[in-house]
Amino acid sequence: MSEPLLSVSDVSAAFGDARVLDSVSLAVQRGEFVGLVGPNGAGKTTLLRTINGVRDPDEGTVSVDGDRQADCSAREWSRRVATVPQDTSVSFSFRVADVVEMGRAPHRRRTQFGTTETDRRRIEDALELTNTADMRDRPIDELSGGERQRVFVARALAQDTPLLALDEPTASLDINHQVEILRLVRELVGEGRAALAAIHDLELAARFCDRLALLSDGEIRAAGPPESVLRSEALDPAFETTTATATNPVTGTPIVTAGAGDETAMDGIDGDDAQRVHIVGGGHAGARAIATLREAGHEPSAGVLRDGDLALETAQSLHTPVASTPAVGPADPDAIAAAHDLAADAAVVVFADADIGPRQWTLDLAEGAPATVLIETRPLAERLHAGERARDRYERLRERSVTADLNTLPSAVETAVTTATRPADD
Amino acid sequence: MRIRYRVAVWSGLLLAALVAAVLASATIGPVELRVPVVAKAALNAIGIPVGFETSISTASIAGMSVPWPTVDVQYAYPFAFQIAPTSELIVRSIRLPRIVLGATVGFALGGAGAVMQGFFRNPMADPSIIGVSTGAAVGAVATIAVPMAVPFGLQTAAFIGAVVTAFVVYLLATEGGRTPVATLLLAGVAVQTFLGAVVSFLLLQSGESLEEAVYWLMGNLYGAGWADVGATLPAIAVLFLALVPFARDLNVLMLGEEDAQTLGIPVEWTKRLLLGLSSLLTAAAVAVAGVIGFVGLIVPHVMRLIVGPDHRLLLPTSALAGALFLVVTDTIARANPQVLPVGIVTAALGAPFFLFLLRRREVHEL
Repeated sequence: MSEPLLSVSDVSAAFGDARVLDSVSLAVQRGEFVGLVGPNGAGKTTLLRTINGVRDPDEGTVSVDGDRQADCSAREWSRRVATVPQDTSVSFSFRVADVVEMGRAPHRRRTQFGTTETDRRRIEDALELTNTADMRDRPIDELSGGERQRVFVARALAQDTPLLALDEPTASLDINHQVEILRLVRELVGEGRAALAAIHDLELAARFCDRLALLSDGEIRAAGPPESVLRSEALDPAFETTTATATNPVTGTPIVTAGAGDETAMDGIDGDDAQRVHIVGGGHAGARAIATLREAGHEPSAGVLRDGDLALETAQSLHTPVASTPAVGPADPDAIAAAHDLAADAAVVVFADADIGPRQWTLDLAEGAPATVLIETRPLAERLHAGERARDRYERLRERSVTADLNTLPSAVETAVTTATRPADD
Repeated sequence: MRIRYRVAVWSGLLLAALVAAVLASATIGPVELRVPVVAKAALNAIGIPVGFETSISTASIAGMSVPWPTVDVQYAYPFAFQIAPTSELIVRSIRLPRIVLGATVGFALGGAGAVMQGFFRNPMADPSIIGVSTGAAVGAVATIAVPMAVPFGLQTAAFIGAVVTAFVVYLLATEGGRTPVATLLLAGVAVQTFLGAVVSFLLLQSGESLEEAVYWLMGNLYGAGWADVGATLPAIAVLFLALVPFARDLNVLMLGEEDAQTLGIPVEWTKRLLLGLSSLLTAAAVAVAGVIGFVGLIVPHVMRLIVGPDHRLLLPTSALAGALFLVVTDTIARANPQVLPVGIVTAALGAPFFLFLLRRREVHEL
């Protein structure tokens, strides 16, 4: 690997006694878009302020292209790192073009009053690339938050630096503008340019960045491709919550759900009432069922689920026992056997919108259970791929089951358990 | 190109208006003169420096004789129109020095005001915000009230008072090499209040000279001569020219100090320099004219409404508009049968105009 464009080594910073950065090391290669993620107060902004030279590190070094920040003047450093600030509100009526022109400040001579040919070309390019050329004469204080953010990206581009540092560029923007800004940065990176951005939204960060660095309590906890960083093992201690991760079916990038299966959830139930629940059925309903039950304090298991199923990923990230089978072809008999073992152990089986195939193994799993809960969000006709006998079996299952929707599932499980144990009391 | 063009056009317009105002002002007074006479007398007064001689003389400072270099500049007068000697005397020796001094002082206050408002990012900032005017007042009133205690002339004392006060306020607000703007403002207000008390005390002690002191405090160009212009104008011109290259830095500073740092501006150094230059500019003006309020506050506001916030344009136009404003207001002060300090006129005209702008054009912030 070539020498990194930005290299941060062993940087520590403190505010008084509070240590904000503790021996942080980070490298950004040319052509890379690196996202800095982590909870509030983790030190993301401080790290960026150390990198853009606003703050000197107490220990350690920051260098760009081999030049150390400590050896550079403010002017020299501003030709290496351009910053898009978090707060872009401006209360003065500078025109958009004037603000972008300020990006040329590091390149002008003291005696220069107007703009040079190079200045004008860079300003034009920056306006063009950020799609702000048609608002060049508008006063900056009359723009919307998203437009203003684009203007500040244009200013950073006009600065003509190899590294862009962005502090929460999407904070306080609508989702369409969030995506627009990150897509823009994504496009700008390359040709020897790189970007480092503090991004609050983990999923957006995963979607647009090449690599992520997870910062918490002033230390880098994980760094690498988004899939490798956005894992519960790293996220849970950093954010002090329980997270569930899965793959976004639209973008193919990680999605993260916080507070999933959080055993300290407010409406959680006592350990005594916790039930082993097996969930049959995948997709949206299966995934929600697993997460909801986990959150309510129950011990779910699931299967058989196909590889790539949203519910399978949810189960895995919540460390839920699960039986799985390849994405295509008939379900693996061993997986079905494993699912039977899990179901046999359960007090309740939840039949969560499951399909019924010709072999009807999903019904087999449910029928053997002492108590069953049915979730029906799709009509049976859509899910039934077997004959009339299967329909009769399903009707009989429905008669002896508690029917619930995804929101009432935890209480339905408790009802099912009490109903199932009552005959034994007689 | 575009900005240079705008600066040239606006400066040209204001300069033309200033020349017109100067000529018009010189016609007004106990003896009414016509514009051509005034114009000829003014042209006759224009001197072009053609050479200088230095000599060492001795000056008496604090009771000691100190060698002091003196520069004698020789002027050539290219115009020699024939006009009545009395008219020439009135224009050249009485009216013009006062008008030119007023323009110079207004120029300094307008320019310093534009810098201070941008620097402090605060619409209430004016050149005296960090105590420059009050410091000058202490020096001047002390000279008037207890002349024995002050070894300098009034203007020197006022200038020293102004500069020392600005420096003390700066030191009070600086910690660990950083000078937060808000701290500077608050330190300025506190020091002004304290020095205000000192001035009041000195006034109580001034006895016979109370009237003179009060006139000075109100801002006054009465009795100005070419010597005052000679001492003030070159200093103000040099200080102003030194500020011009920092107009773009001021623009960047308006977006916030951290932002300015990432755009390569050495923030603390630039702040120190801007503060120093604009304080000296104000001190030079206040030392000869006394406390003239409101020029440095209102003129930059009005110009910002007209030309926008870009300091490359705002700085020269505010300075020229300040000059124009003070020439006009001092003419009113002069034309009044009762001797009226110009400070009263600037405040009496400026405040209602400012309020009008506040209501009509929404001068809510910079």
